Amino acid sequence: MRKINLPSFVFVLFLLSSCIAQEFKELEPIKYIETGVNPSEWVQIPAGEFMKGQHRHKTIIEKPYEIMVTDVTNEQYANYLSEALEAGKIKIVNDSIMGYYPGDPFDGWKHEFKITAGDKVYMYLKEPGIRIKYDGNKFSVIKGYENHPVTFVSWFGANAYAQFYGWRLPSENEWEKAARGKDGRTFPWGEEISPNIANYNSSHNLFEKIFHKDITTTPVGFFNGKNYDGYQTLDNRSPYGLYDMAGNVWQWCGDDYPNMHYRYMRGGSRTNYEYNLFTWARNSAGPSFYSMYVGFRCARDVKPEPQENNNQTDNQ
Amino acid sequence: MKKLNRFNFLFRSTKGLVLVAISLISIVTAVWGTLSGPMVEWGVRDITVRTLGMELNHWEREGRIIMLYHTIAMAVLAIEVYFITSLVPMKKHQQTNINATITVGYITAMVFGLWFAYFGHEYIFHGLFLVGQSLIFFAGVSLAVALWPWNKEYYLSPDSDYAHTKSGVDLERLAFFTMAVLTLLSAMWGAVTGSYWKNGHETFLAENLIRNPHKTALQKAIIGHLHIMLSLVAVAITLIVGRWLDFKGALHKWAMYLMIVGSITLTLGALSVVWLPWAHTIIYVGSVGVMLAALLFVIFSWKKLIIEGTADKDKPTFMDKIRALFKDPLKFGPGWQMVFMNFTVSGVGIFMAIKLDKIFRVWPAREERITLTGHWHILAALIATIIIMYYWDISGLKGKVRQWAGWILIIGSDLAFAAATVFSMKRLFVKEYFEAPVVNYTMLAMDFGLGIILVVLAIFLGWRLFDLFKQEALWKKEAENPELEINRILPAKPIKDANVEMEVEK
Repeated sequence: MRKINLPSFVFVLFLLSSCIAQEFKELEPIKYIETGVNPSEWVQIPAGEFMKGQHRHKTIIEKPYEIMVTDVTNEQYANYLSEALEAGKIKIVNDSIMGYYPGDPFDGWKHEFKITAGDKVYMYLKEPGIRIKYDGNKFSVIKGYENHPVTFVSWFGANAYAQFYGWRLPSENEWEKAARGKDGRTFPWGEEISPNIANYNSSHNLFEKIFHKDITTTPVGFFNGKNYDGYQTLDNRSPYGLYDMAGNVWQWCGDDYPNMHYRYMRGGSRTNYEYNLFTWARNSAGPSFYSMYVGFRCARDVKPEPQENNNQTDNQ
Repeated sequence: MKKLNRFNFLFRSTKGLVLVAISLISIVTAVWGTLSGPMVEWGVRDITVRTLGMELNHWEREGRIIMLYHTIAMAVLAIEVYFITSLVPMKKHQQTNINATITVGYITAMVFGLWFAYFGHEYIFHGLFLVGQSLIFFAGVSLAVALWPWNKEYYLSPDSDYAHTKSGVDLERLAFFTMAVLTLLSAMWGAVTGSYWKNGHETFLAENLIRNPHKTALQKAIIGHLHIMLSLVAVAITLIVGRWLDFKGALHKWAMYLMIVGSITLTLGALSVVWLPWAHTIIYVGSVGVMLAALLFVIFSWKKLIIEGTADKDKPTFMDKIRALFKDPLKFGPGWQMVFMNFTVSGVGIFMAIKLDKIFRVWPAREERITLTGHWHILAALIATIIIMYYWDISGLKGKVRQWAGWILIIGSDLAFAAATVFSMKRLFVKEYFEAPVVNYTMLAMDFGLGIILVVLAIFLGWRLFDLFKQEALWKKEAENPELEINRILPAKPIKDANVEMEVEK
């Protein structure tokens, strides 16, 4: 009997140990790391063909577009929340930041999400681990996290951010072309991955070394070839110059596919093995889902330009 | 009189053939296991890739995985076939032909399948991989012929304790036959669909399509194929251990009817996902039949263990019965693993189905994927543990070695599978920010549980390898007595057949 009881006991002990206090506690400030990358920068992606997906299907993007060089940061999102609150675009109900969403068309398909018009949660301010706080007047960021990607933001919250400034979330196609260029590469920087080129499961980056694992994210643009206190990073820019298109946090995309309404995410996060960081790897969740491993960046339209030619591509 | 040499033992005796297949699976698992998970960040994958000269393109990862688990699955099928041809009465020449064909088939498929997938894409090797699979299919056809239940030679007497019809048809034989035919049908289903590879559909892993509401017929056919193949492998091992532990009596009769009807229903349900929107209803009905049959086996086998273990006591106490139940881990284990499966596979599956839209589809797809891949990995691994239990019993593990090996196998695997289940469900009971300890503990438990089993299995196989170099050794005894012990009473009219004569002597 002892042989049976021992593992049962260990298992129960393990379950109890995992049920440790889960109440909200504001994060401690951390050291701010300057990466030298400006999160307000945008880059233009030309219209035209790219190799899409694992099986590299030629796909055409009709119009050129601009996309953020980095993920939206905590600081950017906190500023947006303050502005949006002042403009009456959001409200705070029971510690949840909420805003209106007009809903998605519903076809009654099996397992189709029914997303009706109404107020949706953008962010929950008492979520353990959240880096943005509200003092009753305005929003701010816990010190040191300013240039980390914003997390714990739902698709509704990401979409609202983009729309507030007249932008949008990139479509999956736009995201993928921005990540891998025209040559169908596996990672934004090429074919091989190593621990110091992206924040993923195997990276053991500087933040794990000098703080602890709960930090989970690295500042946007952290992996840019710079040396941080002896930790040498490699440059993870995509062919068009975007940082963190693999690893750090998943990024919401804008597409709403009929008959399902899951929202898709790309890029992989801190918790994932390398195959989740492939430029074609997809993830999805309900639009109300938020996570410490999910962020976003925005895209916007530009005036149509002549289609890129081969020389332009070579120069990228 | 056969010349007793090692080749004959390894490739012409049931016990040797099973040993070869388990060894090959272990080698493939050990080497290919270094290509994923923590082995990657420890740098072991790079060493394997460099040492063996593998060519791994990222965009072909899914294709490689598919080839890998097909090669392992073929070897598992071969092991089950070896068990069946030894346990179920048939002509000696039938057994020889089936075993020879499937052995050549699975080794060809394994060697050339992996060669094609991992060492450059030489299409001749892909062709040979298909040759291997075709041989396995042909062996399956031969097996179905050999198992033909309406051969009067194998009818049971009216007073037999084993399930039979009024006319004497052996229902267990019918269950084996049904399983074999359904497996052939399901394999054909996959083969036909697979023939469209690069000619209408692209390589995919089923778990990557789960949220796509519009799957093609080819995709649905593959999804049906993979689910039913694993289910039928599970049905086969349930029938095999029933034979091993001498399943009989009233429960046997009910179980065989349930297993036959359940297997047919389950298979038709799984294959009809291609065109029937309500195919899952058929699948649920079939699953209930198969699982009830397994439950009846568990009740029988545990009751038998208790009765046999307390035979020396006039009035056994509750604790006496418990001690008797746990006395032999290798015979307690198959039933227990079937029960445990309900916590880590069936239970999880039912819970997911009920809460799919409210919980699991709101979660990230990658999380849902972990749960899905987890449940079939666990089911496959549970089947593997049952095979190992049987093989350790065949190998004659006794005393403390049997106890230690058996309990490590049960506890190690269950610890790992329970941890995997908790890992996949962690969002239900812990906030994401506090997940780290759960992730760390469960990963540790999984690694420890599976690691300790692999160590014990490696020691066992090392011993068997060492034994092969000895003169007076176990392999010689096994070569002299190559077939599995059959406890079962023979058919009413014993046939003159080498395989059965051996049973008569016992």
